[in-house]
Amino acid sequence: MKKNWPILVVDDEEVMCESLAAWLREDGYRVDTAPNGQRALELARLADYAICFVDLKMPGGMDGIETMMEIHRIRPEASIIIITAYATVDTAIQAMKEGAQEYIVKPCNPQEISMLVSRILKLKKLQSENAILRKKLTRQYRHHDVITKNPRMEEILALTQDIASLRSTVLIRGESGTGKELIARAVHFSGNRAEKPFIVVSCAALTETLLESELFGYEKGAFTGATGQAKGKFELADGGTIFLDEIGDISPKLQADLLRVLQERRFYRVGGNQEVEVDVRIIAATNKDLADEVRQGKFREDLYYRLNVIEIKLPPLRERREDIPLLAEHFVQRISSELGKDVTGLSAEALNVLIAYDWPGNVRELENVIERAIVTCRNGMLDEQDFSWLKRGHAQPQDWEIPDVPLGELERRAIVAALERKHGNVKEASSALGIDRSTLYDKLKRYEISH
Amino acid sequence: MSELCLVPIGNVPAQAFEWIESATSEWFPLPIRRLPALPIPPGAYDAKRGQYQSVEIMKMLAQSAPRDAARVLGITDVDLAIPMLSFLFGQAQFDGPVALVSLCRLHQEFYGLPGQEALLRERTVKEVLHELGHTFGLVHCSEPTCAMSLATHIELVDAKQQQYCARCGLQLVERFAREGAL
Repeated sequence: MKKNWPILVVDDEEVMCESLAAWLREDGYRVDTAPNGQRALELARLADYAICFVDLKMPGGMDGIETMMEIHRIRPEASIIIITAYATVDTAIQAMKEGAQEYIVKPCNPQEISMLVSRILKLKKLQSENAILRKKLTRQYRHHDVITKNPRMEEILALTQDIASLRSTVLIRGESGTGKELIARAVHFSGNRAEKPFIVVSCAALTETLLESELFGYEKGAFTGATGQAKGKFELADGGTIFLDEIGDISPKLQADLLRVLQERRFYRVGGNQEVEVDVRIIAATNKDLADEVRQGKFREDLYYRLNVIEIKLPPLRERREDIPLLAEHFVQRISSELGKDVTGLSAEALNVLIAYDWPGNVRELENVIERAIVTCRNGMLDEQDFSWLKRGHAQPQDWEIPDVPLGELERRAIVAALERKHGNVKEASSALGIDRSTLYDKLKRYEISH
Repeated sequence: MSELCLVPIGNVPAQAFEWIESATSEWFPLPIRRLPALPIPPGAYDAKRGQYQSVEIMKMLAQSAPRDAARVLGITDVDLAIPMLSFLFGQAQFDGPVALVSLCRLHQEFYGLPGQEALLRERTVKEVLHELGHTFGLVHCSEPTCAMSLATHIELVDAKQQQYCARCGLQLVERFAREGAL
């Protein structure tokens, strides 16, 4: 039985109602019948009909149009098919204008009605699948996936809800690992652009030329190797959102190009002379103090104000320590299940260690620390000892052998060492250093480290 | 479980019943009984459409069915319709005891072509299996060659085979087992 798609037949002639219902039942549908509009409404309140066949002419009481409008009020998703005789085609057309999905003139060919029903139900199936997928997607990034009981974070989540369906540019500030991309996704997937693309561009990861063609695309022959036209991220994000991570790292030329896109929503592909127009919402993120960069002349003031229409400043984890137990438990559940380990939680002592730590790499660092602890854990519970290395590293920095060199050099050495340990894998090295990939790329550029 | 009763409605060629008996005995583990012909009920004729309302004939079949009949299958040569549809090859009470098949549109002559007895036999068997299948709770099948696929014109009847697909056949066997016919 195609029970998910119940059908209602409304006609004052019993033989008409019952014979059509019997024919549809042979197709596996659950079919109810009603001899008048009043009964149809009673039934519509009880069952979510996918299709209602309604006879246009029903003497006494509600006619077909009234019945249709009332059913629509109760079940806006139901498709109404108006049944009419030849003489009343004009009225049927009127019914279509009032919201009927289709009308059929009786008697009709069995093929006609069979195709009509399967066409409507195919569409309904697609609509329902679409709704399920959209719900899944939204659920993936819905606000309460941002785990918090911190009042500042809760305010931020409320703000993301308020601004979700606007097109205004958003600037998200926060240290590395505070969840800037997660918040950007929450804004995108809560708003009316949710079903359109969400495109991420890590500005720090690419050189100026590469970033330019990455963002705006290029025409054939624009540079050596440009063998065909390619769309840039702005075009790919059309109708949706582009997330520009580490915006503070872009060159002055790109700052000017980006300003133009923000002002006019138009740009040229690299090597192109035709303007491309897009409808893209921009969400930018940085771990830098852009206002300070503006003061130092490193970042264009006009671009800063264009980007900073709505500002979200994410607090570092050390300023929302009440979230550490919640996040830690969440990561334990998720990671132990991903790794197939039977680790069920953390002891109170272990939690105390985590709460006391300052988390320079924020939530991402916490996640990495929990993962490392789970990998090496031999019991079903993470204990203080599983984090002893963290405690040592945190509490006894004087034990380190620190050479007498500038701080930058220390950082450079740490990066080189991490890259060596991870065999040049930037993702793993950044993870080990407790910073995100774009920050590592930034530092590689700054210290001129090739990997 | 008792008998499968076959009832001619109006004038029906006797040969048709031989085809039907032979085919149904292969699929249905029921003794078959041929009942005397019934006249077409006068109220069934729709002069405006020149057709017969199948619902009226079904009602008559249900009323005249022997009490111990497991299923009653009426066979007629007149053109059937219901108010909503311009014609029917047949009709059945879904999961109920009564079914009706019309041979009218199964004849090649209906389409202005010379008659072909072998083709009429095939089509009759397919439609009988289809309507009886409904009385045992089978719904339309998505496999076009299965007797349970929906045929809304004669070419679709011809695309079917004179048998159920494996899935529908199995459902039928399970149903007989539940009803104690096996």
